Parts: sequence; C-alpha cells; structure tokens
Amino acid sequence: MELLKIDNLKTYFKTSKGIVRAVDGVSFSIERGQAVGLVGESGCGKTTTALSIVNLLPENGKITEGSILLDGKDLTKLSKDRVRKQRWKNVSIVFQSAMNALNPVMKVGDQVIEAIMYHNHLTYEEARKKTKELFDLVEIDKNRIDNYPHEFSGGMKQRVMIAMALACDPKLIIGDEPTTALDVIVQAQILNLLNKIKEELNTGLLIITHDLSILGEVCDEIVIMYAGKIVEKGRTEQIYEEHLHPYTYKLFKSFPDIQGERILEEALMGRAPNLSDHLPGCRFNPRCSFASDKCRIEEPKLKEASPGHYCACHYGGVWNG
Amino acid sequence: MKNSEHEIVYKGYKEFFNIFIHNKMAVAGAVILGVFITVALMGSLVYPFDLQEFGTAGDVMNPPDRSHLLGTDDMGRDVLGNLIAGTRVSLLVGLLSTLISMILGTVLGIYAGYYDNIISTIIMQVTNFFLVIPWLPLMLVLTAILGTSIWNIIFVIGMTSWPGTARIVRAQTLSIRERPFIERITAIGADTGHIMVKHILPNVFPLVFANTILVSAEAILSETTLSFLGLGDVSRSSWGMMLHYAFESGAASLGAYWYFLPPGICVVLLVLSFTFLGYALDEILNPKLKRR
Repeated sequence: MELLKIDNLKTYFKTSKGIVRAVDGVSFSIERGQAVGLVGESGCGKTTTALSIVNLLPENGKITEGSILLDGKDLTKLSKDRVRKQRWKNVSIVFQSAMNALNPVMKVGDQVIEAIMYHNHLTYEEARKKTKELFDLVEIDKNRIDNYPHEFSGGMKQRVMIAMALACDPKLIIGDEPTTALDVIVQAQILNLLNKIKEELNTGLLIITHDLSILGEVCDEIVIMYAGKIVEKGRTEQIYEEHLHPYTYKLFKSFPDIQGERILEEALMGRAPNLSDHLPGCRFNPRCSFASDKCRIEEPKLKEASPGHYCACHYGGVWNG
Repeated sequence: MKNSEHEIVYKGYKEFFNIFIHNKMAVAGAVILGVFITVALMGSLVYPFDLQEFGTAGDVMNPPDRSHLLGTDDMGRDVLGNLIAGTRVSLLVGLLSTLISMILGTVLGIYAGYYDNIISTIIMQVTNFFLVIPWLPLMLVLTAILGTSIWNIIFVIGMTSWPGTARIVRAQTLSIRERPFIERITAIGADTGHIMVKHILPNVFPLVFANTILVSAEAILSETTLSFLGLGDVSRSSWGMMLHYAFESGAASLGAYWYFLPPGICVVLLVLSFTFLGYALDEILNPKLKRR
C-alpha cells in the first residue's frame, strides 16, 4: 500500500482579488523508501501542496476537495489540534531557509531536543542521547551539540534541519527546496545524506524544487506541476528520456547542456498565469509554441501515455514530431 | 567534555567582563551604583538613624561639624543619617516599580505583538492612552486618590511607566513572529504558550533588559518628584522628602546648602549611574556599536 496517496487535491485561497486556485486537482502517491520530486516554477502550487499535506496552510487557504491519505488515514478529516500533535511523527518538513529556521538564541542541540520531547515521553537526558545519534546520522560532530546557530555553517544548519526532521521517526519527510541556498558541493553532500536516509530508514521523501539537476540525484519519481495542475509525471528515467509535455520539454531545454554550445536553444517566454483568473483550455497554451485551437478551448486530462508515465497534453509526445 | 563545556561558558563571561572593565562609562556606572547599594544595605547598621528623633532647639539647621558630618535639618535631625536611610527607599522604589513595569510591559507587548485580535488592539489603545496622557499629573492624581504610602507610590510608578516598554516589545515581537524559526517550531507542533515563552521571550529579552535600566532611572526620578511635591510617604525618609522639607523650611534662602545639596546630588548620581550602565550595556551587547 502507498504511504501517501493524494487524490484530486484542491486547495484554494480566498483573497481580496477573488479565489486563487493554487492547487487544482493534484493526485500522486509516494511509497515507503521512495523519493518523489515535485517540480515547477515559482507560484505553481508546489509549496501549497506540501503545506496542505501538513495542514499548515495560512488562514485564508482551504482544502476544498480531495483527500490526503497517509497510511490509509485521511489527514484532511482530522481536527487541526490532532494534526498538530501528530504532525512531526507522521510527516516532517525540512524548511527552505535553514539559515533562519533555527532560533538564534538557543543552543542547536536544545532545538532538536525540544522537537523530540514535544512528541515523545522522554527525559531530557534520553532526548539528548537521541540527538547525538541524530547528529551522527547527519554527519555533524556530536560535540557541537551545545553550539549556537551562528557557530554553524550553512550546510551544517541544513543538516541540523534534517536531523530535526528525523527527530520523531516520521513516515514521510518533505524537503521544501532543501538545497536552494547552498553551494554545489554542500548541495551534493545534502543530497547524498537524503539518499542515505531514504535507504536506511525507509521513509518516504517528497522533494520540492525548481532545480532539475537535483531530481536525477535523489528522486525515483518526478511530478511536474504548472499553474496548480500536474502536467506530467513518471519515473525519473522516463521523464529524462522522453518529455511528453511541451512545458517539460521547455523546462529541460532551459538548462544549458554541459558539453554542448553555451546557448539556450529554447527559452520559456512569458510568465505563469494568474491563478485567480478564469483559465479556459490548457493552462499552458499562451506560452506553448505548439498550441492549437483545441488547446485554447478544451482542457487536457492527465492520461497514461506509457506504463507509469502520465501526461496532460492533447498532443502528448507528438507535438514536436 | 564536561570541562570544555564549562570552559566555553567561562570564556564567554570572561570576554564580557573584559569588555566591561575597559568601558569607562560601564565602570563608572557600576562603581556609583555599587556604592549606593552598599550604603542601602549596610548604612543603617553602621550609622543608625531615627526619623522620629527630633533634636533640641540648639540643634536646628546647624552647619556640618564633628558630631553631624552633614549638619542638621530644620527639626534638628542628622542630615547624613537621613540621607543614608533615604538611599534604601529610593532604590527600593526604583527597583520594585521597574519590576512591575517590566513584567506588565513585556507580557502585554508580547501578547499584542504575537496575536492579531481584538484584545491586542485594546492593549495597544490603552498603551497609546497612557503614552499620550502627561505622566506627572496622572501620577499625582493616582497617588492622591490611593494615599501616600510607599507601596502605593511603587504601584503608581509601575502602572504609569510600562507603556514605553510594551511598545518596544511589541515591535520586536512583530518582527520575530515572522521569522522562519517560528514557522518551523509551529510546524513541529509547539503550542502558542511554549512559542511565546521559549522562543519569543529570549529574543526580546536583551531589549527588555536594556530598557529596564533606563526605566529604573526614570522611576527613581519619579519617586523624588512625587515626594518633593508633597505626595511622599511621611513615615519614611527619602531623598525626595528631604528636598521637600528643605524647600518648605526655606533652606536655600537660609544658605543651608548641607540640607538640600546632598539629596539632590545623590539623586543625580544614582540616575546618572543607571544611565551610564544603560548606555554601556547597549554598546557592549549591541554588535553594531561594538568597538573592536
């Protein structure tokens, strides 16, 4: 059985300019020991999807439809208080800005201990011992447990954030752009660490990013989102080999080839649509160079093109043919 | 490993101490305050004084001599003894009313900064009300209504000096509330009480601390003002009461400098020591002002 199964999730925000459909019918699933990458440009609903899973949406955001099943239990049906109490044991998050996600006036170790003690009935000494084990696991010198955050480097802080995410042995870890603020060498180290955790602890991993290069490194499956909807999903190698959706194609093309000429062959022009507007047809059509009249009127459904490889395009795979 | 941990902490204190003793303002403030605290604690043991013990007609308004080092007042009492006894009252009023003001200001400030609801709006409106009203008439009226005991004076000063602190604390809380680590701790599942006490309070505390020292100075000055205007506690000696009696008995026009100068100088010195300490600690604790 899947660890996490999101089915037709719709999360809308009420704003003064109308309803913003940030996540509009997203479905995917994660199994134990599997890493899924959620990709898309800024504002496409990646983070909103993550926040929906952990029930940390801002006040004006609401899950209007769909279900989020974790081990068969629907998280959307639980009361807010219950979710809060169980959150870190079920799903934990590695936050985007590790630099600022630690309290500057509290010892690093104490912040991990705090997370452990909040959810487990352990004494301070036991929690401290567990924290040292976690520091070992994320490869930080355990004698640094009594240091303050400013004595840590950026990479070390990110490791602490991962240790904190592991504090209560969660079933699923969400990494919200876990490597964005780090340099490439530290990025690689963090990715190796995530791989190690996934394999050793058999947890599910949801990596949210807009950096395609890290996906091949850790993820088994990739979900590509555009304007609140999934445009393509499949196993990593499938996506890398064959881009079925024009958006995926452009996304990959906007990365210069390391061996080829240093030019961008095809850039993605324009900007993502305003999600509070009425958007008929395919949401990508205004920026798509292959769009036809059909794309402007009829919305494409997510269809299975080959086993395990889904795409939401009327001309899936043959538009460039 | 335990040893090295202690060493780090010890080093931190040592470094603080080193910077502290090389800061002239800090040392001056600490020395003056230290002297006053010693006098307040030990003075009456070494130099007993009774406010009710009046002298004979020949002892009234005598200039300093061997038996009365600072002369006598209009009732024939020893000025030095009165001054020493007054130190205790001034410090007590200053520190206790500061404590009230700090607790009120911090609690209300954090609440109003963290929550965005009707109660926090009311708190801020009350704060604005207290800030706009001139504090001296307000204190005068309150003391007149409540009666002029020392505890009432402490209460009144405490109740009128918290709004400044509350505003500062609220502003800092507003900025800390938006930091990512608060989002993180919320995600972990901490409740609001825990977040406010464990995460916001330590982050606003340096500000509260720096403010405490300046509010103490203000509180001491307020007590002197109230007493001088005749709203002091008549059963206790205080510098303000001495100035009040000196003024009433016309000590200045009689040229009895030994009567009105000592309490005046003491008030100035004590307030100055708090101000020195406040500025020095600001300079030491605020990395932007640190001299390296």
